[in-house]
Amino acid sequence: MNQPGETAFARDLIACHTCGLVNRRLAAGIGARCARCGAVLHRRIPRSLSRSWAFLVAAIMLYLPANVLPIMHVTTLGRSRSDTILSGAEYLLAHGMWPLALIVFVASILVPLTKIAILIYLLLSVHLRSAARPMDRLRLYRFTEFVGRWSMVDVFVVTVLVALVHLGRVAEIEAGLGALFFAGVVVLTMLAAKTFDPRLIWDNVKPDGRSTAH
Amino acid sequence: MSDVTLHHHDLVACHECDLLQHLPSERRGGRVRCRRCGCVLHHSGHDIVAVPLALGITALILFALSNAFPLLEFALQGQRDATYLLAGIRELYAQQMPILASVVLFTTVIAPLLHIALLIYIYLPLSLGHRPPAFAAAMRATRAILPWSMLEIFLLGVLVAAVKLAEQATIVPGPAAWALGLLVVVLAAAASQVHPHRLWDRVA
Repeated sequence: MNQPGETAFARDLIACHTCGLVNRRLAAGIGARCARCGAVLHRRIPRSLSRSWAFLVAAIMLYLPANVLPIMHVTTLGRSRSDTILSGAEYLLAHGMWPLALIVFVASILVPLTKIAILIYLLLSVHLRSAARPMDRLRLYRFTEFVGRWSMVDVFVVTVLVALVHLGRVAEIEAGLGALFFAGVVVLTMLAAKTFDPRLIWDNVKPDGRSTAH
Repeated sequence: MSDVTLHHHDLVACHECDLLQHLPSERRGGRVRCRRCGCVLHHSGHDIVAVPLALGITALILFALSNAFPLLEFALQGQRDATYLLAGIRELYAQQMPILASVVLFTTVIAPLLHIALLIYIYLPLSLGHRPPAFAAAMRATRAILPWSMLEIFLLGVLVAAVKLAEQATIVPGPAAWALGLLVVVLAAAASQVHPHRLWDRVA
């Protein structure tokens, strides 16, 4: 690992996203297709940075209502209670179910915040043409890609619980708007990570490991 | 088109750092990693068609079971009831949450079903010796759909919901919960057994 070498970009070659065949870049670059499978070739994900920013900014805007608004309303024997993302985790903790409280806290609060922070950092580092620690930045990217989906767990908890509404007068559970915003945050941060091209991290790293920035 | 192709079928460019490199010619029974960033470039191992097909068919059966039977069964003050996966989605819809209902429907029903359907669509013809129509599109769709299939996360959600309810009611996991547990394992195995580059080397 970390050995010098050339990138496909530097050699004017493009690896096909669909089948992996390394193609020679045509002079009329745009719209060129892979010789083996016919997929449109891109050196990097098209407009990766601006699309990733757009998804990320949208996710940040939904983040506040997702955490402030209740994700569900529970009515038991005439008494009503509203749960937010945070109070749901607190409820589990207060009832001694700390392993689950920990899972919900990590998946619903820690992961979305960390993911947003990492994506901002990665996008800024590419904008600033940083050549510093590409391997560490790639690890951060892999972490966000791997862990981001697990934040959906709270949305699924609400889904399972509302199915109990048929218990009629004894207990009633209704989904709150917070759940909708929260699902939006998860989906949008996933899209932001998907549209970010990790090869951009390496584009400012010279084969010998130094920066190409002036 | 021949001038576009490089006649090195062992030449690869890493999809995470783009470093151009040759795959070693002797690569049986292991992984080849990128020289620079360590990302896995190539797998080799057992049958690349029969195993995914078997997993796809198993997944289809488990998927049917996990939707046909109750997920959780419970008793509360003399009332008994059971909850199904689709019932939760229908209830969200009834509570004027159509977007939320759609997100849950997509991630727990449509995306897993598409994943399973694509597995069978790709691997059944291949096992019979011919290449399915629109093979490239099917391979692309499989990779695009994978992160949106969230049954393993849904299963964790079922567990959390069951624990929350255990205070007020008696909760027993239904047949669908067990089917879902198996389905999660089978789908993860299927996803790890799909090796696009080796398939392409085989069908091209």
